[in-house]
Amino acid sequence: MVLKNLARKLALSVMCAAGTMVPAQAIAEDLDLSGKTVEWVIPFSETGGSAKWANFYAPLLSEALPGTPTVVVKFMPGAGSTKGANWFQNQKFGDSEGTVIFGSSGSTQFPYLLGDPRVRYEYKDWNVVLASGTGGVAYLPPDLAGKMNGNDAGALRETDFIYGSQGATRLDLVPLLAWEMLGLNVEPVFGIKGRGDGRLMFERGEANIDYQTSSSYLKGVTPLVEAGTAVPMMSWGALDAEGNIVRDPTFPDMPTFKEVCEATDGCETSGAKWDAWKAFFIAGFPAQKMVFLPNGASQDAIDTYSKAFEAVKARGDFAEISSGRLGKYPQMTGAEADGALKSATEVPDSAKEFVVGWLQERYGVSLK
Amino acid sequence: MDILGTAMPALAQASAMIFQPAVLGYLVLGVVMGLCIGVFPGLGGIAGLSLLLPFMFGMDPVLGLALMIGMVAVVPTSDTFASVLMGIPGSSASQATVLDGFPLAKKGEAARALSAAFASSLFGGLVGAAFLTVFILVARPIVLEFRTPELLMITLFGLSMVGILAGQVAIKGIVAAGLGLMVGTIGEGDSAGALRMATYDMPYLTDGLKLVIVGLGIFAIPEIVALLRQDRAISERSMLGGGWLHGVRDWFANIWLSVRCSLIGVTVGVIPGLGGSVVDWIAYGHTVQTSKDKSKFGNGDVRGVIGPESSNNAKEGGGLVPTLLFGIPGSGSMAVFIGAVALLGSGQIEVGPSMLKNNLDVTYAIVWLLALANVVGTVICILGSGGIARLTTIPFALLAPFLFMIISFAAFQSGQNLMDLVALFAIGLLGILMRRFDWSRPAFLIGFVLSNPAETYANQAVQIASSRFRKGFAEGMEYIFSPIVIILILVTIVSVVVGLRQSKNIRAEGDVSTGTKRAPLIFLMAILGYLAFAFTNASLIPDYASADRVFPQFIGLVSILGCIILLFQMRGASERHALFCDSEAGNSEDNRHGLWSTLAWFAGLLILTSLIGFILALAVFLVAFIHYRAKRSFAYAATYGACGIAFMCCMAWLLNRDFPPGLLQSFAKLPWPLT
Repeated sequence: MVLKNLARKLALSVMCAAGTMVPAQAIAEDLDLSGKTVEWVIPFSETGGSAKWANFYAPLLSEALPGTPTVVVKFMPGAGSTKGANWFQNQKFGDSEGTVIFGSSGSTQFPYLLGDPRVRYEYKDWNVVLASGTGGVAYLPPDLAGKMNGNDAGALRETDFIYGSQGATRLDLVPLLAWEMLGLNVEPVFGIKGRGDGRLMFERGEANIDYQTSSSYLKGVTPLVEAGTAVPMMSWGALDAEGNIVRDPTFPDMPTFKEVCEATDGCETSGAKWDAWKAFFIAGFPAQKMVFLPNGASQDAIDTYSKAFEAVKARGDFAEISSGRLGKYPQMTGAEADGALKSATEVPDSAKEFVVGWLQERYGVSLK
Repeated sequence: MDILGTAMPALAQASAMIFQPAVLGYLVLGVVMGLCIGVFPGLGGIAGLSLLLPFMFGMDPVLGLALMIGMVAVVPTSDTFASVLMGIPGSSASQATVLDGFPLAKKGEAARALSAAFASSLFGGLVGAAFLTVFILVARPIVLEFRTPELLMITLFGLSMVGILAGQVAIKGIVAAGLGLMVGTIGEGDSAGALRMATYDMPYLTDGLKLVIVGLGIFAIPEIVALLRQDRAISERSMLGGGWLHGVRDWFANIWLSVRCSLIGVTVGVIPGLGGSVVDWIAYGHTVQTSKDKSKFGNGDVRGVIGPESSNNAKEGGGLVPTLLFGIPGSGSMAVFIGAVALLGSGQIEVGPSMLKNNLDVTYAIVWLLALANVVGTVICILGSGGIARLTTIPFALLAPFLFMIISFAAFQSGQNLMDLVALFAIGLLGILMRRFDWSRPAFLIGFVLSNPAETYANQAVQIASSRFRKGFAEGMEYIFSPIVIILILVTIVSVVVGLRQSKNIRAEGDVSTGTKRAPLIFLMAILGYLAFAFTNASLIPDYASADRVFPQFIGLVSILGCIILLFQMRGASERHALFCDSEAGNSEDNRHGLWSTLAWFAGLLILTSLIGFILALAVFLVAFIHYRAKRSFAYAATYGACGIAFMCCMAWLLNRDFPPGLLQSFAKLPWPLT
């Protein structure tokens, strides 16, 4: 294991070496990246889900791009990813000629949607070439899960829930709003560093409700479910081609939040609350991670990258190697990716207003 | 039996992880680097680990651990060279070795002293590793029961150790820790996202200061600047003499002394915060007390070498106990270690209870590495003693620019922002002043490291407990006052009482002379000013974010009270009182260069970097420093500069990192590495 990693590392550094040593060549008309180094900037640290996602794609992308350039992942953490995104906003395509790409995440999208004062970037300026989806699953301790009557969560309203949260303005907004819609009394305990800490809190019995994104659920919670110490409550679902919420293909046996909401008295799958939840769910999950070329990218470059990601997707072994690391989720390119970007960043004003007001009222969070 | 059932496979897995050529190679590399660091007086484990930090980003966990453990384990072995050959403690862990080691060297028995020391070090190190193995085995089931209140208590226990570190004036230690805690709260609060001492207009501080920068600034920079100012060819001669076997026989003849001192080392090491600065003195005291013939101590009694050297390697094993089990740093170097582990791999390893649960194999790998590093370190020390002894003849002025170069690079990697260097300089200045006025720097660092856990655990425990209390009084009490919490409270109280009583005898920074009243007073007023400002700043946080307000307010208030008490004490005390410690006053004849002119070199590097970028600035800095300060020929300086730049570029290129750009780079597009 160690040796394998080392070998990979060495190979990578040799590759980097080869990439850096070759002097920059004049740019041909078609985007030819041979002998160049593509920097894939991730606005998070080396430890997060975005790093895993980029590290998965980087070597595959390298093989698929014309001229097989070296693709290196560069980390630029800070201010919950707004630092890196602000940096990317100032990049001009002319300076890099397709050698700089940017990977955003739900944590980049939410501050943008909510009008965080630190945001100085504009998604509309960027050019999306890949959009990757994910999902999420909420789960309960067995005794509480037993109180649910089928999909009806009404009996859980008497329980005081504790939930380890990273902050109400982050992706946690989606589960918190969902539980509130079900009428559950969930008190978020803030200050945890990542969803893994939330799971540990659940395991210690201090928290009695939790959610994980799909890949973390598969890795961290499935063993608990098998051991009988956790029971899945619902998934957030996935989007079909018409934009309806359907069962998550990774968890086809779990009811979605929509189903649970329909079965529970007082929870409605229409109206301002539901629209707001759905809008932020779409912004946070089905198009959670995206790859962009900077402002002013030539159509050639956009096409080159879109084709490269399509080629990655078309690999015979893609389903096999990606399902373990990314889950069974759509990896969208071309028009599909444009559509995903649109749904992820163009949230109706009413939904935005609702969430901003709700955050202010419920958690006292002011985004001014 | 269940305990053994889980531990044995983990032990086996761990050994499989370790015994691989790459891992062993990194271990040896770490040991060699640790040897070099330890040989130079003043540079200990903290400086060494800080220098390794930039390499840790995303490194394979086992390799990174091998490198770090190799370095940590060998420093107390190699620092013996400086203690014995020069009479200067190589690091704080071998101050007591000087007492008998240096006289032995003067008698021409340096080799005997060294080999006795190495044998003791090896033995102590192995005792430490064995202890750690057993302790993890026994404590693991208990630690896995820890919930938030227990974690909070163990954090408070770590903080209570500050009392022992405080030195002669206990309140100074408390204020130093309070200052560390306050600096740790800078940035966005974890609970409600309120800003403390930061604005969104200057985004750098919203993420808070990084441990790398604080560790380097508080420990490495002050030591380097101090050594640079003394600017001596550390030792003129490097005569070792014979008697290698004699030394080993000496050790064997005193094996029970070595056993006892190793156990002392382990025990002292377990107590968070005590660490290196005292263990050798305690062991030396024990050695003298238990010897029948006391006449030769201080004039070259080999037992005076064996005792401290057995204990100071053993303490590394003990020091890893609180570090690995609870994530509470056992010492300053362990604080940096915790930060470094978080950088390894994709960050899946975090020291503390979760590591014992999910990465037991890694935990035991650390133990194996520790034992192995001690053996490797001793072997290299003995085989290479001639060459290593010659290292001590290198003038520090030739080494310092190289160290500054690496430190700046390391600091820059934490945020890839020029502000990293500014922060490093600012914290470095604070470190220099704290060193000068004898304010405990370990206390500051422990405060800084524990600031975030203390605040988060306190907030979470309060929130969860109040939810339990709503269910019923009994359930709430049961949650807060579990048996483990009660035991921890008792242990904390005992440690504070004992600590305050003992602290007067412990001088972590050595003896410090006193000077006029003015300078220490100004420094105290500056600290008070910052605390008052930070307190006011925290008070302005609105009510809805009160979870981010309470902690800095409380800590600020306690620290401000401490400062005011100090002010009153100062009014009454004489100039000779320990309150007015000022190292500038006493040993000024040792310092060939002024503080400010030495610091100006570093500031110059910083300013130049902001103008023309790091690599160009570094080239100018290296050549100018070697030519003008170290008084070498221009050709020598140019070669030095070229080697330094080549080394830097090679490192950055291997790690795929950029350098800080300056103003020049925003006007002109330059090729890497000048970008």
